[in-house]
Amino acid sequence: MSIISRGFRGRRREDDDRLPPGQYLVDDFPVLSAGPTPRVPLDRWEFAIDTEAEQTHRWSWAELMALPQETPTVDIHCVTKWSKLGTGWRGVSLDTLFENIETAVEYALVYSYGGYTTNLPLEDLLDGKAWIVHQFDGEELEPRHGGPARLLVPHLYLWKSAKWVRGIRLLEEDWPGFWETAGYHNYGDPWREQRYEGD
Amino acid sequence: MTTEHLDGNALAGPLGEIFAVDVTAAVGRCASCGLTGPVASLRVYGPAPGLVARCPGCDEVVLRLVRGPGAAWLDLRGAVSLRVELPE
Repeated sequence: MSIISRGFRGRRREDDDRLPPGQYLVDDFPVLSAGPTPRVPLDRWEFAIDTEAEQTHRWSWAELMALPQETPTVDIHCVTKWSKLGTGWRGVSLDTLFENIETAVEYALVYSYGGYTTNLPLEDLLDGKAWIVHQFDGEELEPRHGGPARLLVPHLYLWKSAKWVRGIRLLEEDWPGFWETAGYHNYGDPWREQRYEGD
Repeated sequence: MTTEHLDGNALAGPLGEIFAVDVTAAVGRCASCGLTGPVASLRVYGPAPGLVARCPGCDEVVLRLVRGPGAAWLDLRGAVSLRVELPE
């Protein structure tokens, strides 16, 4: 005889209200790649923010590590329909990196080692919504997951969270990135299922 | 370590949905380095979020193919040309 009433059973995983429409949960961490995995030695790694005034602000790996570190725990959603809940990261908030940046533009183009790009409104990178992360689940971020450092913008589909991030260019006009010029949605909000152009 | 990519023959089915000829046999020229060779010799990454075919000489993107519901997007800007053998 069962002593567990139906009311105490867990909800079916796909009914989890943290799961956006059309997504399913995974426990592993799938790797999707559009090219060879770049290997970037830390002594040559740098991150840059390029402003519309053609000023470039640069951080070496040591300078990034010296900045205040945050440990966001967030849900991530891939456009290929898998989601992973409660993922733990460590890195630097973009609010910290933008502290001394003067800009009046609305658009950002993120670029990576290896040539990948992705675009998003600048406001989606600020106010606690995005980080440059270098640890996942307490370990150094593996190259196949974007190490040594990747962008993390968890409120948008994961293709916006550019692996092997190298810099952010601030632009007066929107400039669609790698997948955004090949049929994927320009913004990519998982809660509105903005997967493809026209969604 | 397993290889990260497939060869260009993996494009035969997805491109066969769009073209009447077998494009993997067509000879393309890389817009970046000028290397010439059959589409089947490209290095293919994917299939998700999309197929990305790169030049075996310089790793630049030659072709991209995204298949969505009811539409496909094909980007050939990395190819200067495709030579397709046809009967006279």
